[in-house]
Amino acid sequence: MSEYVLEMTDVCKAFPGVKALDHAQLKLRPGKVHALMGENGAGKSTLMKCMFGIYKMDEGQIKLDGQPVTINDPMDALHKGIAMVHQELQPIPARTVGENIFLGRYPMKKALGLIPIIDHKKMYADTAELLKKVRMNFDPKQKVGELSVSQMQSVEIAKAVSANCRVLILDEPTSSLTANEVEALFRIIADLKAEGVAIVYISHKMDEILRIGDDITIMRDGQYIGTWPASEMTTDSIITKMVGRELTNLYPPKNNVPGEVVFEVKDFTSINPRSFRNISFQLRKGEILGVGGLVGAQRTELMEGLFGIRSHSKGQIFYKGKEMHINRPKDAIDQGVAMLTEDRRGSGIMGVLSVADNISISSLNQYLDYGVSINSKKVESLVQDNVKKMNIKTPSSKTQIKSLSGGNQQKVLLGRWLANNPDVFIMDEPTRGIDVGAKYEIYCIIEEMAREGKSIIMISSEMSELIGMSDRIMVMCDGRVTGFIDGKDATQENIMALATQFE
Amino acid sequence: MEKKQETAAQKALRIVKGNPIVLLLLIAAIVVGFMKDNFFSWANFGNLMSNTAVRFLIALGVSGCLITKGTDLSAGRQVGFAAVVAGILCQRGDYTGRLWKWAPEMNIGLVFLIVLVLGLIWGLINGLIVTKLHVPPFIATLGTQTIIYGISLVISDAQPIGGFQKIYTTLINGRIGSVKGFHLPYLLFVAAVFGLLFWFIYNKTRHGKYMYAIGGNEVAAEVSGVNTTSTLIGIYATAGVMYAIAGYLLAAKSGGSSASMGQGYELEAIAGCTIGGVSTTGGIGTVPGILVGVLVFELLKIILQFLGVNPYYNYVVQGLVIVLAVSLDIRKYIAKK
Repeated sequence: MSEYVLEMTDVCKAFPGVKALDHAQLKLRPGKVHALMGENGAGKSTLMKCMFGIYKMDEGQIKLDGQPVTINDPMDALHKGIAMVHQELQPIPARTVGENIFLGRYPMKKALGLIPIIDHKKMYADTAELLKKVRMNFDPKQKVGELSVSQMQSVEIAKAVSANCRVLILDEPTSSLTANEVEALFRIIADLKAEGVAIVYISHKMDEILRIGDDITIMRDGQYIGTWPASEMTTDSIITKMVGRELTNLYPPKNNVPGEVVFEVKDFTSINPRSFRNISFQLRKGEILGVGGLVGAQRTELMEGLFGIRSHSKGQIFYKGKEMHINRPKDAIDQGVAMLTEDRRGSGIMGVLSVADNISISSLNQYLDYGVSINSKKVESLVQDNVKKMNIKTPSSKTQIKSLSGGNQQKVLLGRWLANNPDVFIMDEPTRGIDVGAKYEIYCIIEEMAREGKSIIMISSEMSELIGMSDRIMVMCDGRVTGFIDGKDATQENIMALATQFE
Repeated sequence: MEKKQETAAQKALRIVKGNPIVLLLLIAAIVVGFMKDNFFSWANFGNLMSNTAVRFLIALGVSGCLITKGTDLSAGRQVGFAAVVAGILCQRGDYTGRLWKWAPEMNIGLVFLIVLVLGLIWGLINGLIVTKLHVPPFIATLGTQTIIYGISLVISDAQPIGGFQKIYTTLINGRIGSVKGFHLPYLLFVAAVFGLLFWFIYNKTRHGKYMYAIGGNEVAAEVSGVNTTSTLIGIYATAGVMYAIAGYLLAAKSGGSSASMGQGYELEAIAGCTIGGVSTTGGIGTVPGILVGVLVFELLKIILQFLGVNPYYNYVVQGLVIVLAVSLDIRKYIAKK
């Protein structure tokens, strides 16, 4: 009998252009909580998806009770006793708790001795039993959509328990829970431990890890760094191991000079109590303000709030001392604010439309003849100016934007906003999913914009980019600003320390 | 101007090339033309032109809804409503079967304006339901089409309406040239004017660009500062106006109207747009394409008629062509993925 219930060794997985996992490993002991840690993009979720059969490994081995196994798909994983509670819960809101738990494996019976039908009575009785096990006493016939997030999570855990799992993966389980709900979750975890279930616990919250973790495995850039007993680790030693990497010089020299304060946000708070709250910060003319934080720090939500995509409950925004009222993107645009959103495909490009249509959509008022008719020559010259200035590679201005590479799409979107000559430019992950060459070009464009006196807010989850580009870094954690660091003093360690400062 | 017309012709050609159904029907038309004597006649040509003209106006109306990933199932019933209102108001003063005996004989130009305003109101209602109540267009217009049909039945008392003023029918059925020889129906010119107007709106105005942007990616359009609400309301309102014009013309063209007039026209219009390359996935569609689509669909009807196919089978064939056209359109999209 092996010491480990499940072992993954030398796991490699490549996606086009990235090596997501590079000889990663993970060994789980029964009845223990194993914390899996690493920065955003370190490969934690990818490794778990390989274990759960969502992704196929390129190389590597999985052993269950010392026996090599292959896991073909999530159903197969469940049959082998591996269950996963996803970071984003995916319940079917309009169906009952019982139906959600037994989805795809409903208990059956034979009506009139021959027609197979669902045995609802057994299903709801079993559900009640399972809910008792996870210390939740709500009605099995309640619709899942009526539950709170933490209750939904309990349903997911109950679902995992119902598969008699021996390995349970919890991916950021507490990111949307209140303190009381976290305690309830920990009690369930303790029960499961007592039954000998091995738990993989993915979280960025150091205090939780140190409290309930037995073993800690740290990953970085898809590689296995090491496994240590939690009792031997401290917050500092974990952070050092998570980020310990040299920065290479991938950034243009910076010649922008931040001037006077032009943009100011005071006590800005979301209508959603879980999201950003009491945010205040200032932005200087010609400054690049980096915004750092972990996934779930509400950075995107804050910026979308400032731009009018999301609603705020209180707070003020000032530009040069004058208050701005922003309730929708058009208000922000009219007052000289631009925003490059994080999800280029979802909220940036209009895929089937031409490069010309995409680049001109925000500034059509500038190309009108007699106030009505769009002058296509003016639009064409806008396209050509941008193609020249930013080195956009496109066969013609009539090409559908979806056929360009990610980097060129991003340049078209930058061009869309620059056509309005904005004073404040918010960029959310401006280089995500873009190859290295195009990244450098985009950094140059950003630096040039700052040099011309535009003020830039740049969210980035890439530490090196944040440190390499920012004049100042604002760090957020769990919807709050936890501190500011001058660009010259920024290190991965002091950013990470602020980014993990949970209340 | 010459250059622009050239590109429109090129687009039409591209649609013909990219859509095998169009090609197939053109070949069928030529074959039928040589088989049957009267197919290549001026009378048949004029008939095809005026049928296409009215259907084209309806298709232009619904095209904006389709390009923005919506639809308008109330098109046919709105046409019927306009035909009923126009019919009642254009009845002769001395006609014995007059529905509203208390009303004076009305100027047909004034009637046109009244019908237009009523169409605008129906369109605004659709637009408001879609944007303000957030009801999906399919369901919203499914509901309004029933309401509109009901109102048409009420005001027409479910009776056929006839006895139109002579000027109303002769003007709209008028033509340049003689029926026996080469002639161009006035309706053709109406269609041409609106075709050019829509081409201008779709290609040269902010409204048109915003429409394509919403169809391409509504979230991105909103983030880019497009007022998606007012643009969508404008699209449904314009559609209402187009159906009203079509209804007004159709009543005169037929020399009589009833509440059931225009039934099923929304599906023909949607089919015409789709055959003409308006993508069901949004953001794509051109005026020349819509014209080709409608023309081809009308051509199909005439071919079937000339071949002496049982009229009931016409529906079967038309349905098959719609399914085939859309499946080919989707295939193009999937292939690109």
